Amino acid sequence: MTWSATARGAHQPDNTAFTQQRLPAWQPLLSAGIALPLFFCAGLAFIGLGLGLYYSSNSIKELEYDYTGGSGLSNCSVCAAAGQGRAPPPRCSCAWYFSLPELFHGPVYLYYELTNFYQNNRRYGVSRDDAQLSGLPSALRHPVNECAPYQLSAAGLPIAPCGAIANSLFNDSFSLWHQRQPGGPYVEVPLDRTGIAWWTDYHIKFRNPPLVNGSLALAFQGTAPPPNWDRPVYELSPDPNNTGFINQDFVVWMRTAALPTFRKLYARIRQGNYSAGLPRGAYRVNITYNYPVRAFGGHKLIIFSSISWMGGKNPFLGIAYLVVGSLCILTGFVMLVVYIRYQDQNDEDEEDE
Amino acid sequence: MGTPKLLGATAIEDKLQDGVPETIITLNKAKIKVWVLTGDKQETAVNIAYACNIFHDEMDGIFIVEGKDNETVQQELRDKMKPGCLLESDPINSYLTTKPKIPFRIPEEVPNGTYGLIINGHSLAHALEGNLQLDLLRTACMCKGVICCRMTPLQKAQVVELVKRYKKVVTLAIGDGANDVSMIKAAHIGVGISGQEGMQAMLNSDFAFSQFHHLQRLLFVHGRWSYNRMCKFLSYFFYKNFAFTLVHFWYAFYSGFSAQTVYDTWFITFYNLVYTSLPVLGLSLFDQDVNETWSLRFPELYEPGQHNLYFNKKEFVKCLLHGIYSSLVLFFIPMGAIYNSVRGDGKEISDYQSFSMIVQTSLLCVVTTQIALETTYWTMISHIFTWGSLGFYFCILFFLYSDGLCLMFPNVFQFLGVARNTLNLPQMWLSIALSMILCMLPVVGYQFLKPLFWPVSIIDRIHHCMRHPLPPPIRTKLKHPSSRRSAYAFSHKQGFGALITSGKTLKTKLPKQK
Repeated sequence: MTWSATARGAHQPDNTAFTQQRLPAWQPLLSAGIALPLFFCAGLAFIGLGLGLYYSSNSIKELEYDYTGGSGLSNCSVCAAAGQGRAPPPRCSCAWYFSLPELFHGPVYLYYELTNFYQNNRRYGVSRDDAQLSGLPSALRHPVNECAPYQLSAAGLPIAPCGAIANSLFNDSFSLWHQRQPGGPYVEVPLDRTGIAWWTDYHIKFRNPPLVNGSLALAFQGTAPPPNWDRPVYELSPDPNNTGFINQDFVVWMRTAALPTFRKLYARIRQGNYSAGLPRGAYRVNITYNYPVRAFGGHKLIIFSSISWMGGKNPFLGIAYLVVGSLCILTGFVMLVVYIRYQDQNDEDEEDE
Repeated sequence: MGTPKLLGATAIEDKLQDGVPETIITLNKAKIKVWVLTGDKQETAVNIAYACNIFHDEMDGIFIVEGKDNETVQQELRDKMKPGCLLESDPINSYLTTKPKIPFRIPEEVPNGTYGLIINGHSLAHALEGNLQLDLLRTACMCKGVICCRMTPLQKAQVVELVKRYKKVVTLAIGDGANDVSMIKAAHIGVGISGQEGMQAMLNSDFAFSQFHHLQRLLFVHGRWSYNRMCKFLSYFFYKNFAFTLVHFWYAFYSGFSAQTVYDTWFITFYNLVYTSLPVLGLSLFDQDVNETWSLRFPELYEPGQHNLYFNKKEFVKCLLHGIYSSLVLFFIPMGAIYNSVRGDGKEISDYQSFSMIVQTSLLCVVTTQIALETTYWTMISHIFTWGSLGFYFCILFFLYSDGLCLMFPNVFQFLGVARNTLNLPQMWLSIALSMILCMLPVVGYQFLKPLFWPVSIIDRIHHCMRHPLPPPIRTKLKHPSSRRSAYAFSHKQGFGALITSGKTLKTKLPKQK
């Protein structure tokens, strides 16, 4: 049976490079000339980067204070003991005194930190209604079922904002007082409570429902606040740009944390005499102790921190880069030695053959 | 009346196709045993065997089994071959006489020379009965080439099934006529040759082509590539899913064991469907470890497939361990980077959505780098699939986390603004770079050191040749061209009639196996 060179058979497949697996390609081969320099370059680059990151993190100053009050020694243990077993806990205040030997370079940021608080628990994390929080009037009075049991109040009214996340809003408050001269009066340090949430959260994701007759309270008529709150959502702050669903403390709290130990921004210190930082002197922090954490073994901390381009104090990346860089260089050396020995052995074998 | 006067002679020649002897030589080099199962007469079959190199003149012995009853056949099978090994004290024989219930496999036995076996259909009918089957199989498997002649189509299928049942091998049956159909259907792989004898063999086969020598390309080029691609695909697929899923295991320790997922639900939906499907498809379609010229030149490359070297339990465990290591890196590096941390403007970084974004982007970068390291044949399409999938991920990310979509369906698309706020963080890119290097460098080191410590000689030799291109290979000539160029036989012996009327070729109903 002879093949005709010109006529194609009916079932003959195409003779293109694609169908006949003849596509032009690059076939890289891993050789010593590529692998070993890769290890050494990566190692050196990482060590350099690691040193930079580590020193950058070390230059950040941080001042923290655990005010949970469990040990019975600190001021706030009075409040902690008073709040045991009573819900809602009674209003209580405590104070923390500290002094700065030198200027705490600014801008200084004030954080509160919680430990052993699982904001990443699955049932807790789905217990929210983003449609309601985005200001949709239809969703305001019809919270979704995921919010249960914080969906409807005891009286049957829809809860706004619904869900367990909103219900557990952190409600301690702090104020900072500075004593310029020893024995002198305490002057309040202005805390900027705005600009603490993400821009996209504050401006786009969270919106108040449309005002009714110019009043936010009327917009929320027919809804109830969450059970653990002591006031409705439209009275969270006297500032009309910071109340309702767009209250920045609320927005910051609703951005749930990934890990059980987290800190959230409370205020920025950047106004007036304190824009360059906190000058030396004695300070007092007045703490309104509302939030009960001792029931689940958690701790509350207050933290003053300065910020760099890398954020707060976190030496992990610096140390990790240094360790990985050193390991790379070490491994590179070991591989180089192994390679040279095997090359010599191969050359000997080939000479013997 | 006088003496008959010879008026003339007719002859019908059925020529061998082109390239058959070379193909058989190549198949033998790849340790593939070739048996001929034919309905032709013995002389025809033997001459064909010599013509196409299944038998050659240097063989140590050719044994012919032509007994007409059970005892003669048994004696011929046992005594003509290695007399010592088929005794009752032989370990395999004693195992066989206990008639074990579970299916067992006969191990490979090495003969002390190259032998050939010729058996005809009548003797085969006796040899395929119960207690002689294994003797036949063991004898035949020790021979370099086996010719079974005068076979009925049913016997061809029975021989193939015998080999399949008792030996741990893969069988391929190739034939061109309607009498080969049962054999083609019985074997693991059936190949039909389209030719003058009609379409029946082609219609019942897995592969069909027109020339016998195409079998070389089928096995050594496409078959080998297919095996390599399948193994790479499987090990990569398991790896990427282990790396993806085991991150949740580590996160469980930090989320109160509440089964919280680390990733955005849309990422979980799209991960296997969109982000990682195209690169692995490109790998499976186009990857070649060695190009076709070298594949055909070195049939020894076919051996890893025969021994299941590239994907077995050990390789699976290696995938699993690699996946566990990657998941550890992918979880703990971002966790350390954002633990109790804040952004460069003091705002939140350690929230669930940013963490999720960092881990999922790290995961995609790591698995894309892994498939980039595994691809050895980079066509344009491979580049587009691999880097394009990663770019596509970022495009979909911006779309899914955009204002418009999230405000239209707030409870479905909840990650508003996360892409914008996270992709400009130095911590994110630093942790991605660290994860990539930590996952990639051990693989590079392993690929570099493996040929030094555990050499698989033939592939390294080929890579060495690829780096130093040789002149085109000289076509290897046969050392001793056989003097027999075509097959012939005289039609003076009896045909099939007695065999068929004896009833031994009727298919017996096998008892149902529970």
